[in-house]
Amino acid sequence: MISVNSICKKFGKLQVLRDFNLRFELGKSYAIMGPNGSGKTTLIKSILGMVLPDSGEILVKGQSIKGNNAYRELIGYMPQIGRYPANMRIGQLFDMMKDMRPKIREYDLDLVTDFELESLKDKPLGTLSGGTRQKVSAALAFLFNPEILILDEPTAGLDPIAVEILKAKIKKEIAAGKLILITSHILNDLEELTNHAVYIFEGEVFFDDTIQSLKEMTDEERFSPAIAKLMQWSLKKNPKNKDLIHA
Amino acid sequence: MLKLLKYALYDILKSRFAIIYTFFLVLIAISIYQISDDLSKVSLSLMNIMIMIVPLISAVFATTHFYNNLEFIELMLAQPVKRSQVFLSQLFAVILMLSLSILIGFGLPMLLWGADTSLITLLAVGIMLSAVFAGFAFLASVLTRDKAKAIGISLGLWIYFSLVYDGFVLYIIYSLADYPLEKLTLGLVILNPVDLGRILMLMQLDISALMGYTGAFFKQFFASNVGWLVATGALVIWMVVPNLIATRVFGKRDF
Repeated sequence: MISVNSICKKFGKLQVLRDFNLRFELGKSYAIMGPNGSGKTTLIKSILGMVLPDSGEILVKGQSIKGNNAYRELIGYMPQIGRYPANMRIGQLFDMMKDMRPKIREYDLDLVTDFELESLKDKPLGTLSGGTRQKVSAALAFLFNPEILILDEPTAGLDPIAVEILKAKIKKEIAAGKLILITSHILNDLEELTNHAVYIFEGEVFFDDTIQSLKEMTDEERFSPAIAKLMQWSLKKNPKNKDLIHA
Repeated sequence: MLKLLKYALYDILKSRFAIIYTFFLVLIAISIYQISDDLSKVSLSLMNIMIMIVPLISAVFATTHFYNNLEFIELMLAQPVKRSQVFLSQLFAVILMLSLSILIGFGLPMLLWGADTSLITLLAVGIMLSAVFAGFAFLASVLTRDKAKAIGISLGLWIYFSLVYDGFVLYIIYSLADYPLEKLTLGLVILNPVDLGRILMLMQLDISALMGYTGAFFKQFFASNVGWLVATGALVIWMVVPNLIATRVFGKRDF
């Protein structure tokens, strides 16, 4: 569905992604992990076309995304920090997003109902709390029933009730066969929601396989210690690194 | 594009800044109308204030607007729309807001107390200068990754075109006083949008005689249709070129 073919990206002198290869398949859900500054956000932004790679190409449904914007109709994106024009109302924001996708007429209003956003329709976005803004971002990402969902720290800043609602929605979409990419530092959420782990370290793919095989490889039964072990290995720059990449 | 512009306008026209700026312009216009009954004096005073304030406000506001909306611009870039449309909708929203403020702020008092061609020219020049400096500000914003730096560059351009450049021109005129300078000064004027605006205004008033021989030459040049076209054309180039470059840079920028 999405294939990232040997992209390189430099910001100034800093090489953020080097010869980066990954494939994401429809019907699977991926946890994208890695320490701060490892290139997770750059990867996501490259897929969305916000960051333009220096070399290499990204294919979505077999088509290069370079100079293309129609492919973004397939993607629902929930940013890490959703900041919106202060004087725009929630209703206007939703109308605008709908106007940008004139072909799609059927909307997925599950989250709008569950988060009770309908009653806030006339509130200016500038007056919303961080959590409510996050709810708006989530509702927008799911609104068009996209085949691909990219969620950047989706549960950060949400209250426990909202977190459960969002998780239930994500699980529902996974069951419906969507492709889902999630980055998060909350490992419990990732274990619950995803079946595939991608660990990025210093701009390279360090691990890319199912969570099950991650556990087997690290000899751990639980997810968090397995990830911790993976992090230790990556820091030691274990020469066996390359053997870890199965896919 | 028009859809995006519509929503950008929803936001920007309701901003506190737009309201304060308009109110401020109304206040200036009203107080200057109170001081004198002579319309040409009114337009001269208004021009002197406008030529300093409008570029300054445009530059600062456009830069802050771009950086305040950066996250939202990013979100729009993740939607199925062209990059250039996202950029142009923001740019036009800012220019429209600044122009509307001038139209209402200076236009309302004019409706009340009368206006002549010089005052109409004043409105047009104000709108064009807003667009020029909004263009500079957006260019500075897309070229940098830091709000403070972008505001610094915008302010630098304002200081350069409003103050430094004139000193520079005076220096050249004094040091080359022995030579015929009309054509040179004409060329120098065209290289500065603020001066172009000022000249376009002054030529509507009968004070060019105060500027001596060069003034007479200017009067002759700019009063002709060709001269007027050249000046307006140059100002339009000043509006279009920075904005075009900014659109290009925006298309290739990383977010």
